Amino acid sequence: MKILVCISHVPDTTSKISFTDNNTKFNNAGVQYIIGPYDEYALSKAIDLREAGGGSVTVINVGEADTEPTIRKALAIGADDAIRVNAFPKDANFVAEQIAAVAKSNTYDLILMGRESIDFNGGMVHGMVAELLGLPSISPIMKLEINGTTATMSKEIEGGKEVVECNFPFVAGCQEPIAEWKIPNMRGIMSAKSKPLAVLEPVASEEVVKLLNFETPKPKGACKMIDPATPEQLFDLLRNEAKII
Amino acid sequence: MDNFEAPDYYSLDDLFTVEQKLIRQAVRNFVKKEISPIIDDCCQRAEFPKHMVKKFGDLGVFGPFVPEQYGGGGLDYTSYGLMMQELERGDSGMRSTASVQGSLVMYPIYEFGSEAQKQKYLPKLASGEMLGCFGLTEPDYGSNPSGMITHFKDMGDHYLLNGAKMWISNSPLADVAVVWAKNEEGRVHALLVEKGIPGFTAPEIHKKWSLRASITGELVFDNVKVPKENMLPNVSGLSGPLRCLDSARYGIAWGAVGAAMDCYDTALRYAKERIQFEKPIASFQLIQKKLAEMITEITKAQLLCFRLGMLKDAGKATTAQISMAKRNNVNMALQVAREARQILGGNGITGDYSIMRHMMNLESVVTYEGTHDIHLLITGADITGISAFK
Ligand SMILES: Cc1cc2nc3c(=O)[nH]c(=O)nc-3n(C[C@H](O)[C@H](O)[C@H](O)COP(=O)(O)OP(=O)(O)OC[C@H]3O[C@@H](n4cnc5c(N)ncnc54)[C@H](O)[C@@H]3O)c2cc1C
Repeated sequence: MKILVCISHVPDTTSKISFTDNNTKFNNAGVQYIIGPYDEYALSKAIDLREAGGGSVTVINVGEADTEPTIRKALAIGADDAIRVNAFPKDANFVAEQIAAVAKSNTYDLILMGRESIDFNGGMVHGMVAELLGLPSISPIMKLEINGTTATMSKEIEGGKEVVECNFPFVAGCQEPIAEWKIPNMRGIMSAKSKPLAVLEPVASEEVVKLLNFETPKPKGACKMIDPATPEQLFDLLRNEAKII
Repeated sequence: MDNFEAPDYYSLDDLFTVEQKLIRQAVRNFVKKEISPIIDDCCQRAEFPKHMVKKFGDLGVFGPFVPEQYGGGGLDYTSYGLMMQELERGDSGMRSTASVQGSLVMYPIYEFGSEAQKQKYLPKLASGEMLGCFGLTEPDYGSNPSGMITHFKDMGDHYLLNGAKMWISNSPLADVAVVWAKNEEGRVHALLVEKGIPGFTAPEIHKKWSLRASITGELVFDNVKVPKENMLPNVSGLSGPLRCLDSARYGIAWGAVGAAMDCYDTALRYAKERIQFEKPIASFQLIQKKLAEMITEITKAQLLCFRLGMLKDAGKATTAQISMAKRNNVNMALQVAREARQILGGNGITGDYSIMRHMMNLESVVTYEGTHDIHLLITGADITGISAFK
């Protein structure tokens, strides 16, 4: 079984978010980068599948050279080899086109990634990759079992869960509790140094989205307590101060 | 919930390699997942979490500097230091378990052992299948190990070992003890004494107020017949155990920074959230003084470790340089723990926060592997050329 895992390189969840260049660029000064947490679930699941049934796990990241520590971490956790498409991941469409181009020239049984990245949280790349490859796409999956070349998956839906079956190949967006995050051991970290990491140049991609600028949400205001004896005060505040009713 | 965030005031992260940062992150995540959730309970009940030995082996924190052919990681000493920092960030007792196994058991077997001894013990010690201990201190000889009484006699086909060791980390559970003892000429040698051999017992020392999650005991030798092949062939004299201590003390210098960082991080977080007189206590100058001094001292200690790591990796770190770092950093961590505990007020007294546990642990750390004052005398002897020990 050949598995491709797509990993994003995203700011750690505790990062302070700010922007530069007139709010058009993310300020990465002092920011620690990690593998997207949902992508890490996908990677952990891929490694579990390989351990149980053999095969190989390749990780792919669309990013510039500064993402290599993140890719090395994926190799330390247990991926066999890695591909970096040497380009800034400007938007979901661009990233999906790069991944699809790589997947076209190598046949993978499974293409796994997180349900969404945690920087832009678009949750679109799996659907786009599948569309570009003409494959089914399923997300968010919380459970995945393989039997021969058929996968049975549990998927979260409004108010319940859906169980779906799908033959290889397909694309899936993963979330917990599909697998448990793995902590790389020292041996894994050292062997990651010598695992193959191929750097590919990007394929041409038409610009379909233009980024204008970023804004951070307004800081949370103070909490106002209202006496239960005067509920009309609440309506007054919502109407005249918050102006939402 | 352990949401520790490490302070890096002087951007030292720019100086570590990708692998070193991955190693640190792996151990930090391991501590958050495996140690933090259970450690307070282990300490309250004075129980060593035995299952951690295998987990440490799987993670690769036992003797990471030993070459891969013997099951080690073949890693540099800066990586080892970062591992000790992260383990002690969790608990000094857990770091002690790893220090003893790596620096005091695997190191002497690797440095002074025969090929057969290395192959027999090192892979199993590295993987955590075996636990080891290091017996130097005796009831009547602590700071002055040269006076040791434990001795052995050459009986032709074996050595006959008699004596007792005191304050030995890991001893009650250890499968093998590296025992320092004198031969008939009074020369110090190391014998590998395996668990279960007649005449050898390792009773536990109870009632510790410190390192409660680490098990400590004695080693008692009553006419123990030690096979001759169990002597480490390539060491004789006190320089042997002292070289082991150099390696362990090096790790302690880093470890202490971990404990201090945990106390600082806890206190900083608490000070920003705790409201008194309608303000976060972090807005009071006296609290800021404590926090500012803590981060200053932690940063200095981090820099000391970084440079010491470079020296150690270049094979140039001297015993005196290591002494200075061990003494400075452990003392620093103790001061940070005491100040941090005050910032938490009454809450700092309970096991709901890690600070008081660190503070009590550090009382052992400031004493073992050479007391605070003995390290001062080592520096004194180094700079004056005059020993003030005797
Ligand atoms: C929890 C724990 C675990 C330990 N684990 C191990 C282990 O695994 N293996 C092992 O071999 N040992 C171990 N030790 C022992 C430790 O290394 C000794 O306790 C330490 O070396 C001090 O020896 P001592 O307790 O005999 O104190 P002493 O040597 O009696 O010292 C008492 C005091 O006198 C001072 N002093 C002594 N000599 C001088 C001098 N010349 N000038 C000025 N002051 C002096 C000391 O600084 C100290 O303050 C452990 C100890 C503890 C508490």
